[in-house]
Amino acid sequence: MSMEVTVATVHVDGKSYQMNAEENLLHGCLSAGLNLPYFCWHPALGSVGACRQCAVKQFKDEQDTHGKIVMACMTPAAEGTRIAIHDPETVAFRAAIIEGLMLNHPHDCPVCDEGGECHLQDMTVMTGHDYRRYEFDKRTFRNQNLGPLVNHEMNRCIQCYRCVRYYREYAGGRDLNAFALRNTVFFGREADGVLENEFSGNLVEICPTGVFTDKTLKRHYTRKWDQQFAPSICVHCGLGCNTDVGEHSGTVRRILNRYNHDVNGYFLCDRGRFGYEFVNSDHRIREPLFKGKVVSADTASRQLRDTLTFGKAIGIGSPRASLESNFALRTLVGPERFYSGVADSEAKLVALAIDMLRHGPMRTPTLHEVEACDAVFVLGEDVTNVAPRMALALRQSVRQQPIEIAKALKIPLWMDHGVRDAIQDKKGPLYLATPYATRLDEIATATFHAAPDEIARLGFAVAHALDPQAPSRGDFPLAGEIARALTHARKPLVIAGPSCNSEAIMQAAANVAMAAGAQLMFTAPECNAVGAILMGSNPLSAAFQAVADGEADTLIILENDLYRRAPRADVDALLHATAHVIVLDHLVNPTSEQAELVLPSGTFAESDGTYISCEGRAQRFFQVFVPPIPIQASWRWLGQGAWERLDEVLTAMATALPHLAPARDAAPPATFRMTGAKVPRSPHRSSGRTAVLANINVSEPKPPDDPDSPLAFSMEGASTHPPGALIPFVWSPGWNSIQATNTYQQEIGGPLHGGDPGVRMFESAPSNDQSYFSSIPSAFEQREGEWLLVPMYYIFGSDELSLSAPGIAELATTPHVAVNADDFTEGEEVDVHCGGSTFRVPVCIRPDLPRGVAGLPAGVPPIAGLGLPAWGMIVRIP
Amino acid sequence: MISILKTIWYVFLHTFQKRITVQYPEEKPYLAPRYRGRIILSRDPDGGERCVACYLCAVACPVSCIALQATEDEHGRRYPEFFRINFSRCIYCGYCEEACPTYAIQLTPDFEMGEFHRQNLVYEKDDLLINGPGKYPGYNFWRVAGVQIGGKDKGQAEHEAAPVDVHSLLP
Ligand code: SF4
Ligand code: SF4
Ligand code: SF4
Ligand code: SF4
Ligand code: FES
Repeated sequence: MSMEVTVATVHVDGKSYQMNAEENLLHGCLSAGLNLPYFCWHPALGSVGACRQCAVKQFKDEQDTHGKIVMACMTPAAEGTRIAIHDPETVAFRAAIIEGLMLNHPHDCPVCDEGGECHLQDMTVMTGHDYRRYEFDKRTFRNQNLGPLVNHEMNRCIQCYRCVRYYREYAGGRDLNAFALRNTVFFGREADGVLENEFSGNLVEICPTGVFTDKTLKRHYTRKWDQQFAPSICVHCGLGCNTDVGEHSGTVRRILNRYNHDVNGYFLCDRGRFGYEFVNSDHRIREPLFKGKVVSADTASRQLRDTLTFGKAIGIGSPRASLESNFALRTLVGPERFYSGVADSEAKLVALAIDMLRHGPMRTPTLHEVEACDAVFVLGEDVTNVAPRMALALRQSVRQQPIEIAKALKIPLWMDHGVRDAIQDKKGPLYLATPYATRLDEIATATFHAAPDEIARLGFAVAHALDPQAPSRGDFPLAGEIARALTHARKPLVIAGPSCNSEAIMQAAANVAMAAGAQLMFTAPECNAVGAILMGSNPLSAAFQAVADGEADTLIILENDLYRRAPRADVDALLHATAHVIVLDHLVNPTSEQAELVLPSGTFAESDGTYISCEGRAQRFFQVFVPPIPIQASWRWLGQGAWERLDEVLTAMATALPHLAPARDAAPPATFRMTGAKVPRSPHRSSGRTAVLANINVSEPKPPDDPDSPLAFSMEGASTHPPGALIPFVWSPGWNSIQATNTYQQEIGGPLHGGDPGVRMFESAPSNDQSYFSSIPSAFEQREGEWLLVPMYYIFGSDELSLSAPGIAELATTPHVAVNADDFTEGEEVDVHCGGSTFRVPVCIRPDLPRGVAGLPAGVPPIAGLGLPAWGMIVRIP
Repeated sequence: MISILKTIWYVFLHTFQKRITVQYPEEKPYLAPRYRGRIILSRDPDGGERCVACYLCAVACPVSCIALQATEDEHGRRYPEFFRINFSRCIYCGYCEEACPTYAIQLTPDFEMGEFHRQNLVYEKDDLLINGPGKYPGYNFWRVAGVQIGGKDKGQAEHEAAPVDVHSLLP
């Protein structure tokens, strides 16, 4: 981890090990590769000593032969500690503990989704408890319906308390708790209902048993050993969380967290975990279509070529397509005929963010570093709904200042409940300036709900309070307080982004960061928004102009629904005026429906590529399975034979765009081998190989080759742990559950062996002539009869792709308009007029909105594409 | 010369020995019930499909010739949506039967599976499922398991107490 770690020599069963002296013995033993069973401890949650499973025998000194049994997770790894794991009395103690935990355990393994990746199974085998002696009645519980994402089977609980510790204390949820008493303790909600927390899906991995399991996996269940995995990157926001994708028989079965110490650590958000189902959607484009008719891949390719030869083609890129696909389109049409895939204003803001982080003195932290920041000021971002995983990081950052209390009391930081008792509910400084109340408000020191211009003005005022050189207009009582909090912090952080579509907010944030010497983090709207902008392109409006001027008659649209980028009327006119519209995408959408030629492009699970996250981290995602023939990566369709393999695209890109060259090193090239072999995508226990396709043909086909990556579509290959960027799934002998992650880390909870995946594309350059931004907007003024319509973000609803996942769609917000006004009633239908469009939606009363400001759910059709904020009218229906 | 005559004599004596050649197929040999031949899927004593689609037979199979897909009925009872054995790969080792936690999959004393076309050796669930419990009468996994299914509520399995009232605080 860090350099200042103090090392202690600990003697285990007569052998000496070097352990981190600031940690406990369980952490040390596991880091040393020793097998010691445990349940209630988790690297992200610390120790509580609840399960008594991690017992070891501790000896006073060399002479002590008697020793005493202690809990490894509750004992510091102090210099000279002597312990025994394999001492007979301790072995018997651990076996007795697990026998006790198993008294009431149901006979469920065959029908339990945890089976085969169950920490309880692993620990039971590890302790050697193999025969049931208890013959009396077992306690039973009723299950609860917790919504479409998480399944509940309470009989399997071993009362380790990990779920509530994670859900309540780590993720800030309130609706899950322990009920009842003694041997009937129940973990669930007060009554049936959807789990409210946006990170509820992590319960599936946190719970060491099958109480909480993935309900989306349950609908098409297959065991872990039968899934084919590949390392991937989440496509549902700009943070770039690392995922492992599991597939079987051509359907993606689930997403698991893939540990990346710098980015997501152990946790994902629910959008990222459950959004994958769009890959299996009925709305997938699975065959090439020419004028609405299915054609062969060859015909489609020829058609693409012919159209390009005879037409004047331009290309529109995409912030959700890989660097490689964007580059392929740029190469195909020529850089001067390549246009951005996002609205001009958004492109400008992302470009501004990149520019500040590349050239400014402010450094952007990793997501992991956000957790360690001890004073945070957020401008304009509804973090939970825009960059969800970052909200979980902020929930840890507010603990940083109070933790000093525990440090002063000499409570070790891993002693979780000791620390929590010491700090009670004290919170460090977190200031939120957003147009409407957000989920993080409950942990904020102070909030400021105002129109975007007011948020920017507050930002400028804070910068001014920090440094009188910084310009400011207007007086904000809160500014001084925020400035003080940032000044007194060791690691202050400012967060902003393009959500409010306001340049002023981002500039104000930069001013604050500069004045406070703080780190600066910008969110990004989509998974490769930063990559697409870094590549460089003409603005989207210029594409509209080029068609209107007759300079182009052929439009190639890459993985992009233009109706989400521009007003309906404009896109209608554009598509109408273009002679040949060619669309490459995964899902049928209003743009693809109007295309002359539609090419089925592979999703993240069916293709390889690179995304650049908002941190500027280039990360590679790998194909999980080979899709049915016509579906292929967009860069393959567009390459037109110019290149055969991913590495060739990357090389060509590095030559044409040297500033993107580092992206090539996001993962090892396809030629990479371990012990002379490729990395297998399937676990070595993968089954059914000679039967699964036997109904089609009894002679099994040869496994497909993978020319693009060092991974193999096979269970055979290198049997050692691969480097971070290539870990398809975690497994170690004796460790079948996701807890096997322990064996991939240099130290438990630390970086992966060989470093964490991804390459940071920009590090701040020290420059002393950084001058403050000074275009400060004037105060927001309400208008008579008009509303400032601002975008309101929803974790379920604002993202395009996850809306086609049934579980997410069930929870997604529906079109509405949110207002804070007495003259409307909740649920009443109104007409919203904005930028030439009108739509009828119900009213939702939100007292947290500033007067004169109304909210529309961002990204929800038909509201997507409006270009908010904008002034509009809300008219009652007579 | 002597030895040749001796041989002819022995051959002649054999004419009067008891015949051990069985006139297969007219005459069928006795095979013990534990003989490992054609695999079947059995039903529990209540007539329900025994297989709970746990994938254990599939993973135990050394030649990977069993494939299935789990699904559930509307009451939560899990069963295989399809269940396929490629008998042209099966080595009749019986590991699947040994792994099966429900006695669903069983090897039977039938080996007459000769086919001209290998493709005909691919058996689907319809071909495998028999109408009785096979070698193991009496056992019904669902009566022991804690999962609730149609007709068996929580607390109604063997050795189960009634469900806990989680809102009660009585000691
Ligand atoms: S939680 Fe683990 S041990 Fe318990 S039934 Fe499920 S797989 Fe078996
Ligand atoms: S539900 Fe799972 S995590 Fe929670 S106490 Fe029970 S076993 Fe532990
Ligand atoms: S925070 Fe963003 S990148 Fe991470 S899992 Fe959620 S949607 Fe995916
Ligand atoms: S082991 Fe038995 S219950 Fe499990 S899938 Fe095979 S036949 Fe079905
Ligand atoms: S892990 Fe140590 S007591 Fe639970």
